Amino acid sequence: MSDIPKADELFKSIDYNPPLSGWMETPVDFSPGHWCYPAKPEKIAYMDKELPGLWGEPRQWLPSDADWKLPPNWRETVVNGFRERLKKFRSLQLFMDICVRCGACADKCHYFIGSGDPKNMPVLRAELMRSVYRGEFTLAGKILSKFTGSRVMEEHVLKEWFIYFYQCTQCRRCSLFCPYGIDTAEMTMMARELMHLVGLNTNWIMEPVSNCNITGNHLGIQPHAFKDIVDFMVDDIEEVTGRRVKAPLNEKGHEILFITPSGDVFADPGIYTFMGYLLLFDYLDLDYTMSTYASEGGNFGSFTNNEVMKKLNAKMYAEAERLGCKWILGGECGHMWRVVHQYMDTMNGDTQWSGMTTPKSPITGTVFNTAAATKMLHITEFTADLIKHNKLKLDPSRNDHLRVTFHDSCNPARGMGLLEEPRYVLKHVCNNFFEMPPATIREQTFCCAGGSGLNTDEIMEIRLRGGLPRGNALRYVQEQHGVNLMACICAIDRATLIPLADYWAPGVTIAGTHELVANALVLEEGEVRTMDMRQEPLPGFEDEEDDWTPPTKEEA
Amino acid sequence: MNALYSLLFVFLLVLIPLFGVDAAHMRTFFGVCIPTTAFIIFIIGFIYKVVTWGRSAVPFRIPTTGGQFQSFDPELFKQNKLDCPQTGAQTFFRMVLEVFAFRSLFRNTAVSLHEGKDHPVVAYKSSKWLWLFAITFHYSFFIIALRHLRLFLEPIPFLPVGALEFVDGILQIGAPVMYLSDLGLVAGVVLLLSRRLINPRINYISYVSDFFPLFLILSIALSGIYMRYYAKVDIIAIKELTMGLVTFHYVVPEAITVSFFVHVFLVSVLMAYFPFSKLMHMPGVFLSPTRNLPNDSRAKHHVNPWNDPNIKAHPYAEYEEEFGVPMAEVGLPLDNPENGVPHDETKA
Ligand code: SF4
Ligand code: SF4
Repeated sequence: MSDIPKADELFKSIDYNPPLSGWMETPVDFSPGHWCYPAKPEKIAYMDKELPGLWGEPRQWLPSDADWKLPPNWRETVVNGFRERLKKFRSLQLFMDICVRCGACADKCHYFIGSGDPKNMPVLRAELMRSVYRGEFTLAGKILSKFTGSRVMEEHVLKEWFIYFYQCTQCRRCSLFCPYGIDTAEMTMMARELMHLVGLNTNWIMEPVSNCNITGNHLGIQPHAFKDIVDFMVDDIEEVTGRRVKAPLNEKGHEILFITPSGDVFADPGIYTFMGYLLLFDYLDLDYTMSTYASEGGNFGSFTNNEVMKKLNAKMYAEAERLGCKWILGGECGHMWRVVHQYMDTMNGDTQWSGMTTPKSPITGTVFNTAAATKMLHITEFTADLIKHNKLKLDPSRNDHLRVTFHDSCNPARGMGLLEEPRYVLKHVCNNFFEMPPATIREQTFCCAGGSGLNTDEIMEIRLRGGLPRGNALRYVQEQHGVNLMACICAIDRATLIPLADYWAPGVTIAGTHELVANALVLEEGEVRTMDMRQEPLPGFEDEEDDWTPPTKEEA
Repeated sequence: MNALYSLLFVFLLVLIPLFGVDAAHMRTFFGVCIPTTAFIIFIIGFIYKVVTWGRSAVPFRIPTTGGQFQSFDPELFKQNKLDCPQTGAQTFFRMVLEVFAFRSLFRNTAVSLHEGKDHPVVAYKSSKWLWLFAITFHYSFFIIALRHLRLFLEPIPFLPVGALEFVDGILQIGAPVMYLSDLGLVAGVVLLLSRRLINPRINYISYVSDFFPLFLILSIALSGIYMRYYAKVDIIAIKELTMGLVTFHYVVPEAITVSFFVHVFLVSVLMAYFPFSKLMHMPGVFLSPTRNLPNDSRAKHHVNPWNDPNIKAHPYAEYEEEFGVPMAEVGLPLDNPENGVPHDETKA
């Protein structure tokens, strides 16, 4: 990260005035740092075996090379694939036709705000595709190409697609502001499907995809290793709380299957959130199991194409059936929830086994009719219901050293409408809660700039630029209210927001919501805790014996 | 540059009937043939496009949610019924507001960067100009279009035409009655045009096809105003012609002067151009899947017509075969205990 400019310098380099050359004439920067590494050929070969015909020829190539080793018939493949998708998705067909280029979306994208690159204006990002649509498929575009901003598919166009459709996190913020609801994220998804057809992809997406398929989770953690990690966490929980919690894995005959993104199993600070889930479930004596086979909630397929999205998602129902679970509880995750909420039942609803029922909290008896079709409940809905029914004994003062704000992840916010439940939970487990400015939260929330498969270090500067709006809002509450922790409900956020905060608002840490729940949860009458879930001393609750102060000079 | 091209185009378009009518005496051609053809192109093109849209599938429900969804506890977590509708009725109201009040545009903000005291500041402020320009323009256009119905209907119905005329003409300046909508239309177009010309970012994304309709509509408005307030054309004669058009008894009365032909020609160009252009956002807004669907796909089953049933999860059985041995070692339960037995390599 040494060649990344300091925050101030980067900020000064942002210029919202477009260049003098028209956008079609402005060349694209293919130097390293502007793209993610392409997938390793063996990952593509594996996925091609699983879902043939969607990936092009596996090969070694780099975007900085002049020759991308495209297959000889790449042009027909892309154009025909485009035509096919216009039929399959009304959204695509419509969004190709009705944009009036009013520019309302232009300054809504975090990548534009942080870079000033006009091709990061959602309208222009979509024009990269629309121009080809007009040039290839419309009469007006064919005869009046110059006047209507049309062009045909050419190699440099496809290369431009690769750069800019992998500079969109599919956060849909632009869609909220468009008078016709034009969703650039939807077009990004289509463009990526098309690029996959001719072998343009990134390793940070394809490796997780193939891992998810083989091992069940994106990190490729094998089942025994998964169990080891969970066991470690059980030890750590005991260290903090004195309680040895159950952590059932692959067990049959439980009511609930719990699925969370595997990022929570693997990395800081997600593991503390995971410990939070375990502690909560044990406290409730919940009849549940987790699964190593369905050990990934995050759906990396949604960053590639519909087929993979469906295939990876199908594991959840398959595993519920094998284990005989009645409904599924889902952990804190962004893309997972967009897929669960908007796609899952449509794609895989008919593979549900007959024993599944509408989620019903065994603790409170609440029936969650909002999840009647998918049979899948978000953990903050579950916990909010517990809190409302007074089923949790909470001591929010244990989080008094934290001054907390909440980052709405794009997918639950704009793809679901899950806004209040996590806030409700947070406000009950900590005493100091502060909102970031209204234009940066709830449905207007800003992306972490690392979603949809961009969470990789190769493009750190792009991510930090895209992180400006979120980081700046965070900096604001840091100064105004002394905020020192940003909670979120997304595993990708828990990874991407850390460098973002370090850069734009140093001193703020990131945590999942259920980590704070675990901190506050009073397991039994008179329970004393001296550490938080991170095994750091809890200010105000220190163990007296631990409270060792060095002797003063006189005493010595 | 793109703006200049468009202006030039429109200018040429004005010249066509100017010379065509007077020099070539092609009154029937400009009074009957052109408008009728344009109208047919408009109708067929419009329907064709909408049918094309209708024929593409809506595989998934992908509404952009702009507020709290319907929760398990509607009291504790109040649903934002308009921005996150869950029923048909709620969605209908979302669409009504979208179509009639440009609600999403109303939300618009503008971003700006500032040097703060010791660190940068990104600020967002509400920016309603585009909304205001757009709504002025569209409503004026709409009212004027409705007012024109008086030329095609006999007798003229009071609702909405007569009533509109009355309200519209309430600000009476001189005679004939000055219509607010005429002012609104010109103002709207000029403002939208200037925005496109002055704002460098918007200018950057504007093609000829963005300026052209604006100039065209402006010239239509100006020619209409000229006809009405300055040339004082013979309305009776015009109505004779327009009624002839709708009843297929074509007449082109002599009293009609050239300014009318210019106006009609420009309107005809607009009609014929409409289905092939971005102006199709007008019907398109009704069909947008991010707005016109209820957010209910977790609660209700929907069907994707091309859902591929052959795509299945990686089978658990294969997974267990692959990882059975280490799974057994750490005590994870197995469906098939044989998978947990280490593969005897001597046997192979
Ligand atoms: S806001 Fe919508 S219509 Fe306006 S430029 Fe953006 S995508 Fe196009
Ligand atoms: S979806 Fe998000 S990242 Fe993509 S163009 Fe829109 S605002 Fe930018």
